[in-house]
Amino acid sequence: MKITFDWLKDHVKTNLKEKNLLEQLTNVGLEVEGVQNLSSDKELFKVAKIIKTTKHPNADRLKVCNVNVGEKELKKVVCGAANAVEGLITVYAPPGSIIPKTKTKLVVAKIRGATSYGMLCSESELNLSDESDGIIELSSGYEKNIGKSYFSKSKSNLIDLSITPNRPDCLGIRGIARDLAASGFGKLIDLKEKKIKSNIRQTLKVKIKKEKNQGCSIFGSCLITDVKNKESPLWLKEKLISIGQKPISAIVDITNYVMFDINRPLHAYDADKIEKGIIVRNSKSGEKFNALDNKNYKLEDGMCVISDHKGVLGLGGIIGGIRSGTELDTKNILLESAYFKPGSIRTTAKKLNLDTDAKFRFERGIDPLSIEDGLNKAAILIKEICGGKISKIDIQKIETHKTKIIKFDINLFEKIAGFKLSTKETLKILENLGFKYKKKKFFFELTVPSWRPDIAQEVDIVEELVRIIGYDKIRIIDPIKERKKSTLNKSQKLFHFLQRSVASKGYLEAITWSFTDSNYNDYFRDTKKEIKIVNPISTELNVLRSSIFSNLIIYMNKNLDRGFKDLSIYEIGPIFTGSKPGEQNIIVCGLSSGKKSRLSWIEKERNVDVFDVKKDVVQTLIEAGYKSEEFFIDDKTPNYYHPGKSGRLFLKKGADSVAAYFGEIHPSIIKKFDMKTESLLGFEIFLDKLKLPEKTLNDQKNKFKVSDYQKSERDFAFIVNKDVNAQDLINIIASVDHNLISNIKVFDVYEGDNIPVNQKSIAISVTIQSIEKTLNDNDLEKINKLIIETVENKIGAKIRS
Amino acid sequence: MSDLKKIKNELFLKLKSKLNLSEVNQIKSDLFGKNGLVSLQFKKIGTIAETERKKFASELNVIKNELQDLINLKIKEIENEEIKEKLQKEKIDITLPERPFVRGKIHPVSQTIDEISSIFSEIGFSVEEGPDVESEYNNFTALNTPDNHPARDMHDTFYLDEKKERLLRTHTSPVQIRTMLKDKPPFKIIAPGRTYRSDSDQTHAPMFHQVEGLHIDKDINMGHLKGCLNHFVKEFFELDKIKMRFRPSHFPFTEPSAEVDIGYEMKDDKIVIGEGDQWLEILGCGMVHPNVLRNVKVDPTKFQGYAFGIGIDRLAMLKYGINDLRAFFDCDYRWLNHFGFDPLDVPTNYRGLSR
Repeated sequence: MKITFDWLKDHVKTNLKEKNLLEQLTNVGLEVEGVQNLSSDKELFKVAKIIKTTKHPNADRLKVCNVNVGEKELKKVVCGAANAVEGLITVYAPPGSIIPKTKTKLVVAKIRGATSYGMLCSESELNLSDESDGIIELSSGYEKNIGKSYFSKSKSNLIDLSITPNRPDCLGIRGIARDLAASGFGKLIDLKEKKIKSNIRQTLKVKIKKEKNQGCSIFGSCLITDVKNKESPLWLKEKLISIGQKPISAIVDITNYVMFDINRPLHAYDADKIEKGIIVRNSKSGEKFNALDNKNYKLEDGMCVISDHKGVLGLGGIIGGIRSGTELDTKNILLESAYFKPGSIRTTAKKLNLDTDAKFRFERGIDPLSIEDGLNKAAILIKEICGGKISKIDIQKIETHKTKIIKFDINLFEKIAGFKLSTKETLKILENLGFKYKKKKFFFELTVPSWRPDIAQEVDIVEELVRIIGYDKIRIIDPIKERKKSTLNKSQKLFHFLQRSVASKGYLEAITWSFTDSNYNDYFRDTKKEIKIVNPISTELNVLRSSIFSNLIIYMNKNLDRGFKDLSIYEIGPIFTGSKPGEQNIIVCGLSSGKKSRLSWIEKERNVDVFDVKKDVVQTLIEAGYKSEEFFIDDKTPNYYHPGKSGRLFLKKGADSVAAYFGEIHPSIIKKFDMKTESLLGFEIFLDKLKLPEKTLNDQKNKFKVSDYQKSERDFAFIVNKDVNAQDLINIIASVDHNLISNIKVFDVYEGDNIPVNQKSIAISVTIQSIEKTLNDNDLEKINKLIIETVENKIGAKIRS
Repeated sequence: MSDLKKIKNELFLKLKSKLNLSEVNQIKSDLFGKNGLVSLQFKKIGTIAETERKKFASELNVIKNELQDLINLKIKEIENEEIKEKLQKEKIDITLPERPFVRGKIHPVSQTIDEISSIFSEIGFSVEEGPDVESEYNNFTALNTPDNHPARDMHDTFYLDEKKERLLRTHTSPVQIRTMLKDKPPFKIIAPGRTYRSDSDQTHAPMFHQVEGLHIDKDINMGHLKGCLNHFVKEFFELDKIKMRFRPSHFPFTEPSAEVDIGYEMKDDKIVIGEGDQWLEILGCGMVHPNVLRNVKVDPTKFQGYAFGIGIDRLAMLKYGINDLRAFFDCDYRWLNHFGFDPLDVPTNYRGLSR
């Protein structure tokens, strides 16, 4: 909502300055979004006339215009607008002026070889509207203003307010003035508006059809005959221009003026174009009409339309139609002032994807009791400016406005706001806001003003009071530093732990979108459902991610393109398994590229490999409190991993769910992403699938038990079939005697010479130590034998001699 | 005995010259070996006349000890010399670079979430969570934003079905609903998380982070709300003095509603929080609307309290001088490294939020 202090002064009498105004607006909840000085820099924008146009020598779409800007010589201006034709009166911006929209300063410039002295402006460039299709077209009435400033010389700044959707009353200057006056910023002026005095009947019959979901409940109108529509007088034009509106013609300008002044949208019809009478009804599917925005709309069932006996004239409270629109030669006017229901307006506008000033207001709720005020104010102005005769006001209604009554217990204020407000002050504020009150025994009975659809219950009254008194009056109650419940639960603690644990292994934490490109997502989707976003911001972000890999790889690739090679990044966040709330899992996903070590004076080069990521996964899980002795690993992984160089980890053999995957990313995926890297390794830890560690830091730990007896290390080399894995071998050896075998290490894996085909040698070092005594040769020999026997029996291995 | 004295003198001279360890050992065995000179003298003891024997033996022992000491000293000397030589040889250029290492980092948003949680933890809030995919009911209707409410226009919503029943939550407020449906009052929670709006330009990202706050009890009023946020803002920016302004606003799910601005000024193209006469909006809040409480079966005549929603990314930008919101999610290695935090920097109450 755009306002000026000058216009506000029509409604509020005050000695205060603009600076106070801006503060007070914000204090009562009418947030000031910006203040623009329209007058000083806008004086440069002049009314000008195109005298002659010639084709630009080097560009098909451009013209060179000779423009009369009120000076002796014509200015040469290059212009690309299609409507820049000879004879057009428009607005000229000279070099040195600042274009409001782009905030750029114009200079004399060569445009494709032709010098342009300034610019011809569109409405959007001057922030007058969003109209950027062509330059401004002014009526012939502006001929006498050529060379003069287009904008008024008013010193009042343009104040842009952000009006919250609950305050339709503040979409009119009067509503804003009322709030200001109630808060002590001057006194609300009683306007003593004139009323229509007429004996003439309104002869155009209006009927509101009583239908289900009828969107219009009241339709007020009056006829104004024998008018002469013309250009608005200067005061009116300047008023509209001062808030950034473009004057059009007196009748349109007056209805707009009334709308901005008291938030009462009106519509003027050319009464001669209405066939017989007005019928307000629900539309039928397939009905069409040409709206004032020059678009043809096809209607569905049940939209509230204003029609005559020929068809639809307009969408009630949203937009009028071309057929009955007023023009400069309009003689007889039907002025409409109606009440349309917010819900109906919103549904219709949404279906047709239409947004207008009237719609914006009606969907928030217009004062149903302002119908006559609006007609009086506009009709009398039209008569003053355009002449003519005004009929009596005709009001048709199918529902009457019900006044809202709220029982207000004055103690509620302190209960909510935390401070006291005297009854006297309470009532004064409410009265100034337009409430009426009756004192009852335990409460006040408040009548809510008709322009406040937002006020429905007691607490709304509290808000009115505290808002007008000022939020700065609320006293600060310092919080008590006391914790009754732990801040994080176990899985949240685990989240935070894993997050930092992975980072501590050299990974940079990334946060990427929860959505991704469906094409890339498919590589990692495995058997999961695709979850499409109905209205994505782009096709590259059109599905919820089934895996974090797609995004991490996309961004990893961008970093590789930046010339980085050895990168480790990770993300901890959701992936989605379904479109129902809760069908999501938290994953820790890591990705490493390039080399673990690159040419240096001290280390050999080597690529990152699967045992690096395996280490990261295993170490992270151990740090988080899981027992590595119980981990079980096999090689069944989703198809985006290298089938031979990847694994999945279970916290325990036989556990239901996979705790983590790790491995090389499948070479064909690296190819599809066109990645240039020596290696690409990844892992996924499934946080939600990790059974929470039962032990916590504050639990007692196991008894501290160590052995100081001598330990001995024995080495074994077993020849086994190729498909025997190290994990099994280790587990078998460990199972031989859990008390004596304290450590098992694989120190060599060998295939080739001296080893039969399809077999390999695994060399293992076993540490044997007793907690009770020093083992003698006999004891050691016994356990040696047992290890060899067990391994040979269980997996058909042969000890290598 | 004179023989021995002679040997001693000879040895004395010998040991003065430069010898290596095996030469010394040779001398040692020449003297003390099975047929060594000294050993032979000991064997002679029995043959000496009884009257002389005691004297001879004691003199022999003295000389033996002297000789042994001399040899041991020489061995020590040689060993020391050898270590010295070894050290000399092993001398390296210590200014050569250390072995390469990599440093992981925590994303500034995660760090900020931890900071926020730490501050609210101290004043008794616990952390709740909710899903990213929400029902239309939890995201809007339960929060007193029925269908056809103009406030829905302010949330550009991503939908997952044509009926618009499932969506990506546009704010963290549905966690209020989930929490209150799940438990009984009082409630004192914060809920940080991802939020989504189909809006994308220089200052908007389609995904961002919010933290929701909710405190419901028997007598929680606007003074508590102001106190809580005042405490939070001071702690978060780690400033004793910070200009703060509560001004009326509107959210369907709170009544009265407020937006909170903090003071700032621009110094050398950088935002300085705290003083200055410019205002910057940082959060929205208010007293939970009785309709919301009714929707979750909490009696608004018995319980009341406040809720707030803070943009986490925005806070991180302000605190850590980050200019571009989009960069948070661009995953540029250089940016992550520059703005990221060491994983060991865990924000805590006792150690402080930052170093």
